[in-house]
Amino acid sequence: MEKTNVNSEASAILSPRLQVSKSPHLKDKESTTTVMLDVIIALLPALIGSVYFFKMKALILIAISVVSCVGFELLSQKIMKKPVRISDLSAVVTGLLLAFNLPASSPIWLPVFGAFFAIVIIKEVFGGIGNNFINPALGARAILMASWGAEMTNYINPDGMSTATPLQIIKSGSASLPSLQRMAIGDVAGVLGETSAVLLILGGIYLLVRKVINWRIPAIYIGSTAIMLVALGIDFSLLPAELLSGGLMLGAFFMATDYVTCPVTNKGKVVFALGCGIITAIIRVLGNMPEGVSYAILIMNTSTPLIDKFTKTKLFGEVKN
Amino acid sequence: MKMNNLSFKGGTHIKDYKDLSAEKATERMEDPKIVHIPLDQHIGSVCEPLVQVNDVVKIGQKIGSSSASLSSDVHSSVSGVVTAIEEMYTTDGSLSKCITIETDGLNEVDESIKPIENFKSLSFEEKCDLIKGAGIIGMGGAGFPLHSKLQSAVGANIDSVILNGAECEPYLNSDYRVMLEKTVNIVEGLQIIKEMLNAEAGYIAIEDNKPKAIDAFNEIADNYNNVTVASLVTKFPQGDSTRIVNAVTGRRIPSGGRTSNVQCTVTNVGTVNALYELVSEGKPVYERIVSVTGQGVKEPKNLMVKVGTSVKDVIEYCGGFNDNANKVLSGGPMTGNTIFDLDAPITKSTTGIVVLTEDLEDTRLESPCIKCSRCIDVCPQFLMPNIINAAVNKEKYDLADEHGANDCIECGSCSYICPAKRKLTESIALARKEIKLRKK
Repeated sequence: MEKTNVNSEASAILSPRLQVSKSPHLKDKESTTTVMLDVIIALLPALIGSVYFFKMKALILIAISVVSCVGFELLSQKIMKKPVRISDLSAVVTGLLLAFNLPASSPIWLPVFGAFFAIVIIKEVFGGIGNNFINPALGARAILMASWGAEMTNYINPDGMSTATPLQIIKSGSASLPSLQRMAIGDVAGVLGETSAVLLILGGIYLLVRKVINWRIPAIYIGSTAIMLVALGIDFSLLPAELLSGGLMLGAFFMATDYVTCPVTNKGKVVFALGCGIITAIIRVLGNMPEGVSYAILIMNTSTPLIDKFTKTKLFGEVKN
Repeated sequence: MKMNNLSFKGGTHIKDYKDLSAEKATERMEDPKIVHIPLDQHIGSVCEPLVQVNDVVKIGQKIGSSSASLSSDVHSSVSGVVTAIEEMYTTDGSLSKCITIETDGLNEVDESIKPIENFKSLSFEEKCDLIKGAGIIGMGGAGFPLHSKLQSAVGANIDSVILNGAECEPYLNSDYRVMLEKTVNIVEGLQIIKEMLNAEAGYIAIEDNKPKAIDAFNEIADNYNNVTVASLVTKFPQGDSTRIVNAVTGRRIPSGGRTSNVQCTVTNVGTVNALYELVSEGKPVYERIVSVTGQGVKEPKNLMVKVGTSVKDVIEYCGGFNDNANKVLSGGPMTGNTIFDLDAPITKSTTGIVVLTEDLEDTRLESPCIKCSRCIDVCPQFLMPNIINAAVNKEKYDLADEHGANDCIECGSCSYICPAKRKLTESIALARKEIKLRKK
């Protein structure tokens, strides 16, 4: 670092080369990367849970999903001559969330196609990070569901048998629901990441404590789902089962809270979460499918720009006199 | 009387580094060999010099004045000889006409400096004339002439006079030290202002990271009529006058408005001390406490500095630069500006000289906005900095104006908190300048 003599006649103090810049001259330590890292940490309990219940297959699918997402992002950015941003770890998060939406019986090419849809189509083509119009992992899930419905719904129990998920059991009216305890822990049929409510809630709490997500979204989403389900005729006794399954915890804490695809103000987030809850309940009870979380969130994602338009902040100085 | 845990919506918590100099009692810096006294240290019309080259001047002698009402007189801080009247760079980067005085070491004080015995019996206008004549301006950094503030407040039915002892910027301790060392002066000064404005209630608002100062005022507040010590939750930018009014009284100043719009007046504790020293000693403003601090200076200190002392002399008095020093700021790191000419003088409103180092510099580049909304959560004016930034990047200044860019107080909270390291404050500041230009 250069030093210059400031005033050679009088008291010459050696002064460093001085920088000139606009205030503020301090910045917080956090970055996009540290935020993504926090999400990855929050997903670790559920990741470990899925490997515990669904064994090696789970690990392989998760690994393929993450590597494909990062790989496709690198490729797209290089081909489109954009700055390479894979170090912000957002593709890793998408890879994890995408894998969590697949059943353990998935063929290994499924996450690769999913990664392509999520990263290339939904994200990079629209401008990269900050510009995806729907949640990449959920959008990819919807495309996979439409294209390979059989593979996507071949749910297996942790013990390896193909079986119905708790929500399918409720829908079909049969009484043989797994115990609440098993559903909370994750010892039930479903996709990789949605089965263990406890581990997901743990991750959710971490995100709340680290101030990564806004409490309004999970609280109001889960709350309004419960209220709407009851309003549509679901018995109170079935509520715990409804809330613990179908990816509601994954959706409420990790998907609906995605920054880019939910409104920016607190008011907007409340409207968004209400919409998610109401639509989830409507699809589950009145629709043909037993689950509604992914479609509810996707529908609300597309409504976000409209919600943003009507929920702008009111200036501090906008007081009536 | 006391009030505790007052606060406002928004803002952010910043590591304050005040321990570098908080407990260093104010030390009087020896007179420099030369002072450069700017004729425009205040908001308002520039003063005309009242002296010429080769004139002999004494401490406290008036050397600059303006007949405009929004202005404030300027005084010599040393005894000596005027050697030059010329333009030089000042700490805010502008070229200002300064009166250069070579100190003769005789320390002769101007004869006009005597206690004002009959201050209480003077008319409001006579009191304001004395305040203008003493050069009293906002010492919290803004430099607004005190008499002008009182003149526009007197017709507004002020019911609350609030003293600003928040000092929310990191590193700075000059207000903290004046509160500890001139506690009685400050409360007496508060009563003077209350009496001038016929205001009922007086508040001394202090952030709770300064418990000793809060205790010092609590000990004497009950000896005075209607003086409340208001303890504020430490959060940046609590020291902004709109935030202080909101925290202490709950009132909201409308866009483009002033504190008098909500029947309040806010003054810095240092300014009020200067007012009391004028009345009790006849002393005009020619020196002040400056916090010389930061990881880039060898011996951080709180100094009583004569106005006009160069930044270079002040830093040298504190041991000089540390090896990795790379920025010198006038004021705090959130709103202060960088000094590029170390000959620039300390003024009546210089609260601190903060020297930052290379390792504190955040060199991370801007990355795309992820709409995390942290900037919206921290903005004390309830703006949406991410939208204004996006508008500015597309040069859509009308859109920025529609989203309230003019209400921005440039506190820096949004740029501080943004994980994508986007230049939010900087772009909103640009928007404000462009909007102003286009309105002409």
